[in-house]
Amino acid sequence: MSPVLAGVLQLLALFVALALVYRPLGDYMAAVYSSTKHLRVEKWIYRCIGANPTAEMRWPAYLRGVLAFSAVGLLLLYLLQRAQGVLPKGLSLGFHAISPDQAFNTAASFVANTNWQSYSGEQAMGHAVQTLGLAVQNFVSAAVGIAVAIALVRGFARSRTGNLGNFWADLVRGTVRILIPIAVIGALVLVACGAIQNFAGIHEIGQLTGGTQQVNGGAVASQEVIKELGTNGGGYFNANSAHPFENPNGLSNLFEPFLILVIPFALTRTFGKLVGNVRQGYAILATMGLIWLGFTALMMWTEFHHGGPALQAAGGAMEGKEQRFGVGGSSIFAVATTLTSTGAVDSFHSSYTGFGGGITLLGMMLGEIAPGGVGSGLYGMLVMAIIAVFIAGLMVGRTPEYLGKKIGTREIKLAACYILITPTLVLGFTALSMALAGPPDSILNTAANSVRDSGAHGFSEVLYAFTSGANNNGSAFAGLNANTPWYNTTIGLAMLLGRFLPMVFVLALAGSLAEQRPVPETAGTLRTHKPLFAGLLVGVILIITGLTYFPALALGPMAEGLS
Amino acid sequence: MSPVDTSVEDPMSTSTPVRTPEGGAPPHSAEAEQGRVAGGIFDPKALLKSFPDACRKLDPRVMIKSPVMFVVEVGSVITTALALTDPGDWFGWAITVWLWLTVLFANLAEAVAEGRGKAQADTLRKAKTDTVARRLNGSAEEQVPGTDLRIGDLVVCEAGDIIPGDGDVVEGVASVDESAITGESAPVIRESGGDRSAVTGGTKVLSDRVVIKITTKPGETFIDRMINLVEGAARQKTPNEIALNILLASLTIVFLLAVVTLQPFAIYAKAEQTMIVLAALLVCLIPTTIGALLSAIGIAGMDRLVQRNVLAMSGRAVEAAGDVSTLLLDKTGTITLGNRQAAEFVPVKGATAAEVADAAQLSSLADETPEGRSIVVLAKEEYGLRERHEGELEHAEWVPFTAQTRMSGVDLEENGVARKVRKGASGSIIAWVRERGGTVAEDAQRLTETISEAGGTPLLVALEDAVGARVLGVIHLKDVVKEGMRERFDELRRMGIKTVMITGDNPLTAKAIAEEAGVDDFLAEATPEDKMALIKREQAGGKLVAMTGDGTNDAPALAQADVGVAMNTGTSAAKEAGNMVDLDSNPTKLIEIVEIGKQLLITRGALTTFSIANDVAKYFAIIPAMFAVAYPGLDKLNIMSLHSPQSAILSAVIFNALIIVALVPLALKGVRYRPMSADSMLRRNLGLYGLGGLVAPFIGIKIIDLLISLIPGIG
Repeated sequence: MSPVLAGVLQLLALFVALALVYRPLGDYMAAVYSSTKHLRVEKWIYRCIGANPTAEMRWPAYLRGVLAFSAVGLLLLYLLQRAQGVLPKGLSLGFHAISPDQAFNTAASFVANTNWQSYSGEQAMGHAVQTLGLAVQNFVSAAVGIAVAIALVRGFARSRTGNLGNFWADLVRGTVRILIPIAVIGALVLVACGAIQNFAGIHEIGQLTGGTQQVNGGAVASQEVIKELGTNGGGYFNANSAHPFENPNGLSNLFEPFLILVIPFALTRTFGKLVGNVRQGYAILATMGLIWLGFTALMMWTEFHHGGPALQAAGGAMEGKEQRFGVGGSSIFAVATTLTSTGAVDSFHSSYTGFGGGITLLGMMLGEIAPGGVGSGLYGMLVMAIIAVFIAGLMVGRTPEYLGKKIGTREIKLAACYILITPTLVLGFTALSMALAGPPDSILNTAANSVRDSGAHGFSEVLYAFTSGANNNGSAFAGLNANTPWYNTTIGLAMLLGRFLPMVFVLALAGSLAEQRPVPETAGTLRTHKPLFAGLLVGVILIITGLTYFPALALGPMAEGLS
Repeated sequence: MSPVDTSVEDPMSTSTPVRTPEGGAPPHSAEAEQGRVAGGIFDPKALLKSFPDACRKLDPRVMIKSPVMFVVEVGSVITTALALTDPGDWFGWAITVWLWLTVLFANLAEAVAEGRGKAQADTLRKAKTDTVARRLNGSAEEQVPGTDLRIGDLVVCEAGDIIPGDGDVVEGVASVDESAITGESAPVIRESGGDRSAVTGGTKVLSDRVVIKITTKPGETFIDRMINLVEGAARQKTPNEIALNILLASLTIVFLLAVVTLQPFAIYAKAEQTMIVLAALLVCLIPTTIGALLSAIGIAGMDRLVQRNVLAMSGRAVEAAGDVSTLLLDKTGTITLGNRQAAEFVPVKGATAAEVADAAQLSSLADETPEGRSIVVLAKEEYGLRERHEGELEHAEWVPFTAQTRMSGVDLEENGVARKVRKGASGSIIAWVRERGGTVAEDAQRLTETISEAGGTPLLVALEDAVGARVLGVIHLKDVVKEGMRERFDELRRMGIKTVMITGDNPLTAKAIAEEAGVDDFLAEATPEDKMALIKREQAGGKLVAMTGDGTNDAPALAQADVGVAMNTGTSAAKEAGNMVDLDSNPTKLIEIVEIGKQLLITRGALTTFSIANDVAKYFAIIPAMFAVAYPGLDKLNIMSLHSPQSAILSAVIFNALIIVALVPLALKGVRYRPMSADSMLRRNLGLYGLGGLVAPFIGIKIIDLLISLIPGIG
């Protein structure tokens, strides 16, 4: 079987698997977030945190819940890393306390569902930090994302009320009823594939060439599964999903993108169910699916098609890719991870062809909405839908409305603020880093030392770092040594602002929509469940993103790819 | 039968400029039409005339209201300063000049739109001459200047007087020339009481004497408000316009960010850019096309209404008109021709239709009501009965129609044979026949009921001759639905608009007419309270409701409706309550108002889409021009193969400026609008303005580049 055919068949298998679970999972999640019953374990949790799960919250209260919960998580994770030095060796594996700037960066990264890692897992983090700190945030930061998306969906579904549900109930249910059960099954599958799951220490093993190598044990499978399922992406090991303990074989390499994509795609069904019109969900699904398939096809094409005799002999651009996964499997993974806020990698994006690297960058620049991070993908896409409805909706001769809610001054103000955040963070911090860097031969500047490679590729590395951070992706382009106070701090800020500022506007938008009374649909209403609208939405997303980042992309991947 | 229609206005003699589905509009209105529609066509000379205004608008305090164009102005100032430091650089000067032209073109678009209103305001001002009012003080009259009148003052106006202020006629009846505000030369009747009592200051009394109670303060009269409105002085941004401005401002920020951060990237790539190039890039990217034309579109939308003799008191109402999903239409005058017409002569058993026709015609000769005239016309058309004139018949004693007797007829004596014919309301005729000892045919009752059930009005025809008094038959009077209404309602339905017919008729009659006209629903035996309840019910379902009205009892409903169009003939209360006034008092115009509202929104959406889609081509022109030196590979992006980097950038800037001028006519006229479903409308407009917006600049920039490359010494 040719590598191209293998790649296409893998994509097909992934597509079928996602299609099979789409309806049941989407319907299940809709039931979870609209149920009135509480499980015993949930009641116990509510008692512990002192929350009343039936109290309806208006958007400011919901937002306070999100921010307070995340702030506490940030602080605990920071303290846990700083305290690693004093933990018993069984828990710390003998690693030292993490430096303040790196601990901040890591805490921000995991709380913001980014999982940018400026550390190397097996050389810095012990069992306690990995399992009690990072893995816990992998679950709850994902649940926070879904909760905010559900709040926005309720904003569309409800009318003449400011109430958006209860944050604590949404958080706990998302974790207990959705993420944990799937994670348990997923972890078993990964263990069956060969991923490890233990609390062993560090083994020293001899290498074939005569040297020795340290190999860590750990609760890898359990962390791996939520790393993908919660679109987190922070690897147990530095090599992330290219590490055989995390991603043992071709099957697990297909199962992991499945875990990445399954909740974000199925949430469109949940959305359709909750707003009472599943076809609206299908239109959003079609938009996401179209971009995802298009990007994957493009990626495979550019990676397989790469010129040059060495690359052709290898069957494509194999540099930086695992022999086990090949060009096809790696392309699927790379696109899935950058079109969602995952950032797990099974190959090194820096080594992709110029265009291939550009596709991973562009995927994140779209705002990670196709299908995007758990929850964040849906709310990001709905905000884009509002923008698209506003621009094109005018062309049917009515004040724009989406799902029966008028898109007026307040709504467009909030949506506009939302779409301004990430470009500001990405372009602002990148420009600052480039300006401070000066010419590569400048020696006194910290940032300059990070830019190891020169030219367009070097620029792509910095651009990629901030794009990844501000969009909460977390993957790295490699090549850039980001463990400096400058990058730890600025990327940390980009991650926090890129995660929580949009949530402020999304929840305010949800509140504003929930207060409106619905406009009945007539023949004069723009029909947002039609292919025409899905196509329009794809166009608006590509054009708005393309226009924003075109100059930056031209000086990075395009300059490299066209040379 | 009680056709008490005092209006001298033919309901069809209104000017309906766009389309007149009613067909046979009288010739004078067709002329008026042409005169008004001409205002909607863009006159290139207007550009020159508005030039001084456009320059005045360069004041930054004015410019800041349009954030997009303000950024362009700031960019122009910066490039001017830079060009001054290096006066030998032709490229810097060329960019500077074109950036200033971009700002100027935007101002010009707004100035042209406003200019059309100004011309109209000047005409109105002429009507606002200082008048001397004859104020009643007790029973005495005193002469005071019109500006001294206060609300509640009573003034007297006689033939030849100019009415000194807005008010209601409280005594008398007069014919008034309102051409100063409506442009309609036919005089109208204004009388105390009823729904035709309102008079407007500046109009002229042609006959009789009336006493008017002043209802507005000087300076706030209808003409004052009209002048403010058409001049744009009272123009406030509408909600949708504000929202669009926010979106445009945020896009401007995004592009500002993209351009500002580009310099550090460029320095790193060893391709530092001049400020002039960056300013040019920024201006090309920000949505200048829609930013420049946005306010012109709004002004032109109001203006299009004014062209149709409708005054919108706020732009908000015009926008709301586009969103209307329920139209309440009065039956009379809107859906039907306004009076019932004879449709059929039905004989009772033992009589023939010809006999009925003959008797009906004779008895109607003295009936000058429209119904009476229609009987004569029908007799002539259907039975070939020549119209006989009153003088033609000897010994004829005419019995004219009165509201008391509710019948008309004639007593004839031909060759010594006496004949009395009568026609009228069935009760009156039956009484008349019985009085004379005659018989009422058994099937007469049944025939009248059948006609009533079908929604018609039955009139009985009776004859008394040698044989005796008897009922001959029934005249079937029908409400005649205006031609083309069914098609129009079908169109509205496709646009998602529900039509509800409001009538005072009984449910049976209403249902029959509703079915014939093709409206979606009807409200029979409607009282003002019913109307109000209907509006509230529709609004509770989230629908926007539009209606017309003229009476004082319509005022609460007019105020409640999202779009309330008051007839100019109506009372002051109605005009105060509505948010639009139709100077022609043509209720059918509501449909056009909805279309204008939609057209306004579509124009905005189309130009926004066009503007954003344009940027793709501009990137392909400018980015290779900026960076092909540093990264030769980027020259592959120069798919238009533009002549030189400088010519590429300049071409993009020139295209960006010229497209504004090119689209001014579209902004003023509005994009072509045809009623169709939202889906087909979106598909059409996306193809035209979305794809068109993508492709057009590639062609335009290439052409400009070719022209520039012809200039010697450049490139």
